[in-house]
Amino acid sequence: MTTLTATTTAFTQRPAGLRDRLAGWVPFAVLLPSLVASFIYVFVFTAWTLYISLSDSTLLPTYGWVGLDNYVDLWASKRWNVAYLNLFLFSGFYVLGSIAVGLILAILIDQRIRGEAAWRTIFLYPLAVSFIVTGTVWSWLYSPNAGIEFLVRRLGFENFEFALTSSRDYAIYSIVLTGIWQSSGFAMALFLAGLRSVDQDLIKAAQIDGASPFRIYRRVVLPTIAPIFIAVAVVMLQFAIKTFDLVLALTKGGPGISTTFPAIYVYDLMFQRGQIGQGAAAAIMMLLALAVVLVPYSLYLVWRRRREATDV
Amino acid sequence: MSDAALHNDPEAAAAQRRYLATRVVIYGLLGLFAVVYLTPLLVVVFNSFRDLPEIAANGLIALPRSFSTHAWQDAWSTFCINGTCEGMRRNFMNSLWMTIPATAISTMLGAINGYILSKWRFPGSEVLFTCMLFGVFMPGQVALMPWAYILGGTGLSNTTAGLVLVHVVQGISFTTLFCRNFFVGIPDDLIKAARIDGAGFWRIFRKIVLPLSPPILIVTVIWQFTGIWNEFLYGVVFTSGRAQPITAALFALAGNETNVRNYDVMSAGVLIAALPPLLIYFFGGKYFVRGLTQGAVK
Repeated sequence: MTTLTATTTAFTQRPAGLRDRLAGWVPFAVLLPSLVASFIYVFVFTAWTLYISLSDSTLLPTYGWVGLDNYVDLWASKRWNVAYLNLFLFSGFYVLGSIAVGLILAILIDQRIRGEAAWRTIFLYPLAVSFIVTGTVWSWLYSPNAGIEFLVRRLGFENFEFALTSSRDYAIYSIVLTGIWQSSGFAMALFLAGLRSVDQDLIKAAQIDGASPFRIYRRVVLPTIAPIFIAVAVVMLQFAIKTFDLVLALTKGGPGISTTFPAIYVYDLMFQRGQIGQGAAAAIMMLLALAVVLVPYSLYLVWRRRREATDV
Repeated sequence: MSDAALHNDPEAAAAQRRYLATRVVIYGLLGLFAVVYLTPLLVVVFNSFRDLPEIAANGLIALPRSFSTHAWQDAWSTFCINGTCEGMRRNFMNSLWMTIPATAISTMLGAINGYILSKWRFPGSEVLFTCMLFGVFMPGQVALMPWAYILGGTGLSNTTAGLVLVHVVQGISFTTLFCRNFFVGIPDDLIKAARIDGAGFWRIFRKIVLPLSPPILIVTVIWQFTGIWNEFLYGVVFTSGRAQPITAALFALAGNETNVRNYDVMSAGVLIAALPPLLIYFFGGKYFVRGLTQGAVK
């Protein structure tokens, strides 16, 4: 309301009065609550958790300073080592697998097929549902007594074995497969957008030169959409580092500790075992892992933008 | 392609045959992938209508030979989760009462913030925007202890209102990013002209920016709704029992190993938890994809 009166004063061209100057502050004042909330969320919360990670907190946050003790304990913990090795293994297979499947789907869909929208809908719908839903359903499919193994055995292959989730060595791959199932549609959508943006003249020129479709993709199309590979990989790595619900629903981190992930470790220490200090240290390590992925990526984006600016 | 004779044959018939062969391969592969993608959905839909004995006999992956809706009734209103035998109805409502306000508030704030950060820039606003963006990437685990403390201190722990607060604060960074990147595309001349005509901050927002915004508002609402509805970590940490949102309740229902495997009821439960985002996806698919690509590429 005050701004409306402010605009009328502006309209009558009175020299900048108090109201006008107040009106100039409106945007900032409106933005302020969001700024404060975001600032607290990002910086205060991070500092708070960092501080807890340097304290002797156990069941409740306490603030006795213990330096890096929690980090030392964390890295000495066998479970944490399993967790971050799992993260590496999972990230590698999950990112590469999603990119591979997503790229295949995108190239298939890009062949002027009929019913493109329907196909896209089929491959992308898993992304709309929660990891808990996906994990729950797939845990049934992996279940030997009712799922895929049961089906194949009933079809006559009596010795077929597919009990991923109950094996210490292979349970992690059930998470990889399910993760790829859920996320490859996302990679497909991005790749497809990229394929559609490739200069058609370039492709025509290659066709006239007699290049095979495979060669055209490899030499002309894919190099021009290279930035999309990086974007997809970065987003997928973020998902991987935050992986939590999918694992809980599929394997609960088991059998034993074989599919523990950093996010599960944090949750467990903070809320099940009452070791808040070490849990906070693990959370900070997750933040660092994200920074390791995102900082180089942002620098790369800035570099690319600069290069584009100078090229033109 | 492998056939050298065909490859060298310039005749139209051979070209036609090769074209057909590639078409068969393309549709064959797509069909194969489609089976893999659709099987889990069909499995839960079928099993939510099958009888338990039939599931036990034929396995989960089988065409239905019986039909009943009792699993849906059980899952909705009578099945026992964590000792409370009220089904998932209450948790479904919790999720609605969490998701709708949190989506609405965070989208409104995002629209206004985006408008300011694109059309009312002030010294330092770009830096502030970058700082807000950190919120997009921050892992929830880093915020758990502070939130637990704040929610406990304000009496909001174990309430839906508490979860709304958490999701709004986290969501602001997403919604601001989406809207700001969209509003940057509105010509500055339009805003300038309106200012010369005497329109102020809110008037320009209402009369110029909002009428141009439906595309981005739909994208943002869909993104926020599915994200908040599907969120699990905060739900399971900050609420318990009857106050839990649907994802946490589903986990309690399906993750209980001591349960006899009630696949029929659990399938209905899975669908109850999945339906709202799925419906949004099927009806707003175009915007859903747009949100994904925008969120990732920019």
